[in-house]
Amino acid sequence: MSDLRPSLDTPDVAAAEEVVAAEATATGVRTQRRSPAAMAVRRFKRNKVAVAGGVFLLIILVLALFAPLIAQQSPTAVDLGQIRRPPSGEHWLGTDASGRDVFARLLYAARVSLLVGVFAALVSVLLGTVIGAVAGLFGGWVDTLLMRTADMVLSFPPIVVIIVLAGLLGPSIPILIIAIAATTWPTPARLVRGVTLTVREREYLHAARVAGASRGWLLRKHIVPAAMGQIVVVGTLLVAQAILAEAVLSFLGLGVQPPQASWGNMLNDAQSLTVIQSMPWLWLPPGLAIAATVLAVNFVGDGLRDAVDPRQSGRS
Amino acid sequence: MDDNTEPLLVIDDLAVEFRTDEGVVKAVDGAAFTIDRGEIVGVVGESGSGKSVTAMSILGLVKSGRRVRGAIRFRGRDLGTLPAKELRSIRGAEIAMIFQDPMTALNPVVTIGRQIVEALRLHDKRLSKAAARDRAIELLALVGMPDAAARFKQFPHEFSGGMRQRAMIAMAIANGPSLLIADEPTTALDVTIQAQVLDLLKVAQQETQAATLLITHDLGVVAELADRVVVMYAGRVVEQGDVTTVFTAPRHPYTVGLLESLPRLDRDVDELHPIPGSPPSLLAPPPGCPFHPRCPLARDRCRTERPELRVVGNGTAVHRTACHFAEELAAVPTEVTR
Repeated sequence: MSDLRPSLDTPDVAAAEEVVAAEATATGVRTQRRSPAAMAVRRFKRNKVAVAGGVFLLIILVLALFAPLIAQQSPTAVDLGQIRRPPSGEHWLGTDASGRDVFARLLYAARVSLLVGVFAALVSVLLGTVIGAVAGLFGGWVDTLLMRTADMVLSFPPIVVIIVLAGLLGPSIPILIIAIAATTWPTPARLVRGVTLTVREREYLHAARVAGASRGWLLRKHIVPAAMGQIVVVGTLLVAQAILAEAVLSFLGLGVQPPQASWGNMLNDAQSLTVIQSMPWLWLPPGLAIAATVLAVNFVGDGLRDAVDPRQSGRS
Repeated sequence: MDDNTEPLLVIDDLAVEFRTDEGVVKAVDGAAFTIDRGEIVGVVGESGSGKSVTAMSILGLVKSGRRVRGAIRFRGRDLGTLPAKELRSIRGAEIAMIFQDPMTALNPVVTIGRQIVEALRLHDKRLSKAAARDRAIELLALVGMPDAAARFKQFPHEFSGGMRQRAMIAMAIANGPSLLIADEPTTALDVTIQAQVLDLLKVAQQETQAATLLITHDLGVVAELADRVVVMYAGRVVEQGDVTTVFTAPRHPYTVGLLESLPRLDRDVDELHPIPGSPPSLLAPPPGCPFHPRCPLARDRCRTERPELRVVGNGTAVHRTACHFAEELAAVPTEVTR
């Protein structure tokens, strides 16, 4: 081995170390240790569609974050002299019914749509994880109560619930987030409860109890980590759902209120046949943005699911 | 707090029942024994004799079972009446457990090191992560883990069975318990590893000065490690005493049967004698002595009157048996000890 280690001042050190490492691998010694998370990342990277979706979302995110630098116009500046103008050098995607720059509005709308999507999914997953884990771990009447509540929530048409909530409390972004989370939490809750029920019977959970762990400790250290992979997957897919819900509600006028732009309320302007037929710059950009973003999020979600649970990836 | 007149652990007339669809199962029915500080006590018996349920009762973790009678006192405190929070602070800190199968008792997706660190920090919230890490590596080295610092970062599946059991033992002694419960600690291991783990248990016991409750059906393990032995049958203690005394001069026909069913290296045995019949149903245990349907000494008295534990022998070491006719076994020692 010593002949493979030249003195440190030669440029061969790195090469020599590679040889040593290769030798170690050849003799069966593991030189690199991979955690389950690292292995999931590797599997995710092999999925081209999911990676493309991720890259697309990253671009959208950058555009949204740097909207003030990219858009030359203000998204809310009304110019009644220039209503519904087609795309031009000054207004890249034309102007809307109030003479506002569509391109600027599209970028600023991405902020709102992504914010609502991510936060609604986050709140939903948090709520669902806690409820599902508590139901699974405590069992008995606690489980029955929580899961029947979940069934009830699932049996309501979500849009109707959200419309009623928005109607009662007045449309605003926080209400939108709460309303979406309040109707979607049963999905992560059922998932986490399922994971909890399997993990609960594992010997290592019993061992942790024997070691003096409380229920809160078991949840934090064993159950939530065990469910984390699937929680991330469901959370991602919920983001897509929430972006869609935001679009629908804003389109109906119950979500984000003008003058603030969201992809949904931009479509709101496109309710007349003349607009649809002769002014595509008013509805095509936000429509495409919604469709492409939701598609990308779903691709990433699918990729994550396959990465987290390799047993599912073989199915086609 | 520490009551020095009483043994470390006292199990007094413990009875645990399980309700099933077929009826009430009396898994433990009046078990009683004690463990002194630093002492190793082996509990032996067939499957279903109640030895594991007794051990889990000490920790208050009998799933779906109900303690109907008796007391378990640890350092003078009745564990059955302690609030849940105090019981949790005893579990893992003062009473620790070594499980039968280290593969399933370790979380497969958490590194060995983190599991030990968490066991430490669970009972000492002020312990810093770095200090816990150092202590964990120290513990791994103590249980004979080569290259402990590298092993710290590995996952359970990267360990061999013996290494996993070492890690389990490191975790069990992490908080310096005064009582270790080892539930079939060698059963899931290869014979070659068993000897190593037994040696390690001795080391761990010397290191922590912890009393050890060794639950096993392997009489060899008991002979190797234990100071005293408790023989359980059908949820009751049928014989207990000093290991050498019980093994050389058993005073209960069940113990005799157990010893006769074992192959021996130290003498020539032409034929092994299994105990005829099978363990009684705990749904409806036989009246009188629970062993009487299988006992060669059984007679009418055994079928009606339940024998209580009583002192036998010359009284130098406390040797107790629950047999009406223990003296007849003493009269025919050649049968067993030859």
